[in-house]
Amino acid sequence: MSNELKYLAEQTAKGRMSRREFVGRTSALGVSAALAGAMLGSAARAEEPVKGGKLSAGMQGGESTNTLDPALAASEVPFAVNMTWGETLVEVNEKGELSMRLAEEVSSSPDATQWKFKIRQGVTFHNGATMTAEDVVATLKRHTDEKSQSGALGIVQGIADMKAEGDMVTLTLTSGNADLPFLMADYHLIIQPGGGVDNPAAGIGTGPYSVTENQPGVRHGFTRYAGYWDPSIGHADEVEILVINDNTARTAALQSGQIHMMNRVDPKIVELLKGVPGISIHSAAGRGHYVFIMHCDKEPFANNDLRMALKYAIKRQEMVDKILGGYGSIGNDFPINAAYPLFDDTIPQREYDAAKAAEYYKKSGHDGSPIVLQVAAGAFPGAIEAAQLFQQSAQAAGIPLEIKREPDDGYWSNVWNVAPFCASYWGGRPVQDQMYSTAYLSTADWNDTKFYDKHFDEVLIAARAELDQTKRKAMYSELAHILRDTGGVIVPMFNDWVEAVSDKVGGWFADPNGELMDGKALVKCWLKA
Amino acid sequence: MNSVLKLVAQRIALGLLLLLAVSILIFFGIEALPGDAAQAMLGQSATPEALANLRHQMGLDQPELPRYFHWLGGLLTGDLGKSLTNGEDIAAAIGNRLGNTLFLAFWAAIFAVPLAILLGLLAARHAGKWQDKLISGVTLATISLPEFVAGYLVMYFLAVYWRVFPSMAMIFPGMSLWTKLNTIALPVIVLVMVVLAHMMRMTRAAILNVMQSAYIETAELKGLGPLAVVWRHAFPNAIAPVVNVVMLNLAYLVVGVVVVEVVFVYPGMGQFLVDHVAKRDLPVVQACGMIFAAVYIGLNILADVISILANPRLRHPK
Repeated sequence: MSNELKYLAEQTAKGRMSRREFVGRTSALGVSAALAGAMLGSAARAEEPVKGGKLSAGMQGGESTNTLDPALAASEVPFAVNMTWGETLVEVNEKGELSMRLAEEVSSSPDATQWKFKIRQGVTFHNGATMTAEDVVATLKRHTDEKSQSGALGIVQGIADMKAEGDMVTLTLTSGNADLPFLMADYHLIIQPGGGVDNPAAGIGTGPYSVTENQPGVRHGFTRYAGYWDPSIGHADEVEILVINDNTARTAALQSGQIHMMNRVDPKIVELLKGVPGISIHSAAGRGHYVFIMHCDKEPFANNDLRMALKYAIKRQEMVDKILGGYGSIGNDFPINAAYPLFDDTIPQREYDAAKAAEYYKKSGHDGSPIVLQVAAGAFPGAIEAAQLFQQSAQAAGIPLEIKREPDDGYWSNVWNVAPFCASYWGGRPVQDQMYSTAYLSTADWNDTKFYDKHFDEVLIAARAELDQTKRKAMYSELAHILRDTGGVIVPMFNDWVEAVSDKVGGWFADPNGELMDGKALVKCWLKA
Repeated sequence: MNSVLKLVAQRIALGLLLLLAVSILIFFGIEALPGDAAQAMLGQSATPEALANLRHQMGLDQPELPRYFHWLGGLLTGDLGKSLTNGEDIAAAIGNRLGNTLFLAFWAAIFAVPLAILLGLLAARHAGKWQDKLISGVTLATISLPEFVAGYLVMYFLAVYWRVFPSMAMIFPGMSLWTKLNTIALPVIVLVMVVLAHMMRMTRAAILNVMQSAYIETAELKGLGPLAVVWRHAFPNAIAPVVNVVMLNLAYLVVGVVVVEVVFVYPGMGQFLVDHVAKRDLPVVQACGMIFAAVYIGLNILADVISILANPRLRHPK
């Protein structure tokens, strides 16, 4: 292999160059695409995990008010912390498939109402106790109790009965749900000894690392758990998560070598960071998206023509370029993208169309009074600027959009889900059903567009129990069409996870499920010798 | 001497009274904020029923007055209660953060105070000459830089470019003193830059003021060297105003450095307080407020007492 080829292959394996770029540049050197692909594989495989050392991550999204109770995890740092010491029954891998963790096998009854999880044997908690099917049931039970304030309440609510027999956990659902195993990968549902009932914030789990230091909002330290069951992960001797909310401080820490990886690279500085030696930028197309939400039951948004006018009046590509610095993809006014299983990629993309927007606006008969969009800087990164872009493109279509700035403080209690038109964001969910059920079902607590459509609800419930994938895909396509053409949500963009990683780190791969390899970067990566 | 003791006792009693008044202000002021911990905790998932449940669980549905006295009682017995958001013992959590804040303030003061006074003396000694202008110019320039700009500047040069000191000042238990000092070098530098000018200028002004007195002329006439005049005759008489401004700056170092904490990721009280305000974790916010008030009042009492002791006229009031 020539030196240049080798260099290119290495760069690509490190994530500095996209696969497409690699094939393109090697073909310029006269190499066939097939050979280029084979070379890429050998460069990626050439990296063998190295044991030992201390791996550090600097993260945004932690506060002094955080707790180790998995039920209460809501921001990025607690999520990553919990993924380091705890494990769920299953996880969703980077290809969107289910992979087994504390469960060894999953099977269901034909109507998807009864699910059996065979629990892995010989797994121990950090306190030495053996993990049993009873612990699993106790954990799930705790999350069904409203007092636990669990973020997974909506997921476990649909379980009518749970039973532990030997190494088998049997869950009986109130109605069929083909996605149930995916729901068990939810990051709140970390299996705790005795369900964590006695001390939910003890931080004792079955994960590859045990908690040695827990200083919320400052630092979380871990050491490798000697009794961990899976030798293929957990390479470093010690790992730590440092809470560095300030963008500049986080970047400086990475540049000066104090941390090995950081989340949330500011899109404005990505290009600058790319030139820094020893650091690679990684991005993964995720399921998270930024939205403008209209209440379908309040004037003037109760009128679908007005909603359509606004949907046509937004420049999606411009937002991806300017707000996300190109690190994202355009949305299509429903909350699903290609990162989801069963996505229908034939749904036509909605584009900015001032003429159509003006036509719908006229048809809606709106009296011309300003349409107020409430937005806070914290609604999503760049929310104010996005609203301003929206205002300009809407004005070009003759729609009088007015921006009302709100303070970050109290935005989620006073504006979101209260004001009829505001900015917000959604992190993705592992499967379509969960995304739709969380925010678009008539009865959902978080139905933030006040979207009440009987037919939509029926199709959603029916799709849940449908085991035939082709039929299911068609049903989800119908749901997407309904939301796209009658819903109250405007989805201008899906944001990528943009992260910066030191070249000392091995084993990194893109994972669309969440930040920092779905919170498992510290667990799955290693420090190169 | 008795009258001095009486004076000091008076000041302390007044300080305590003031603290009580502050406690009322803090408690009811925070109560008046819109939203409460239950709402902040539930955030997106706040349904009226869940809110009512959580409020009851946190005791937020009790009337305010009994809650105030209950809180005050706890405060007096050293029981600050538990954080509403993560259930941690507030006294333990604050103890750790307060320790860090005092550690940083202490080391910043160790460098800043003697340096400021020395520079002040030098500037006064060479008043109007280039030394004076240089000292004043440089210190005024550093105070004029916003803290975060100064922070990013020293971070860029000393941590990223030359790699002399670490960019993050994250200290934790188990570090040796030397490692800790190395870790906090950058925030200490920035804090020194921020507080230097104020104290330096005050020292310079106070000394210059005293230097115009008749007894300084006498000292000069009896043949003392210029530095000896400043040190033995001028400085003792300039202590009162200098101590006051030093104490104000010390108080600032304890309660006002949240920006520096954020920039250098220092686990002090400032960030801790901001996090808990955002989450409406009232017991923690109230406890922090009381500690800050106590620090301010305490340092001011100390400044008063030192001024009194340093000034015979105040020491022997007619």
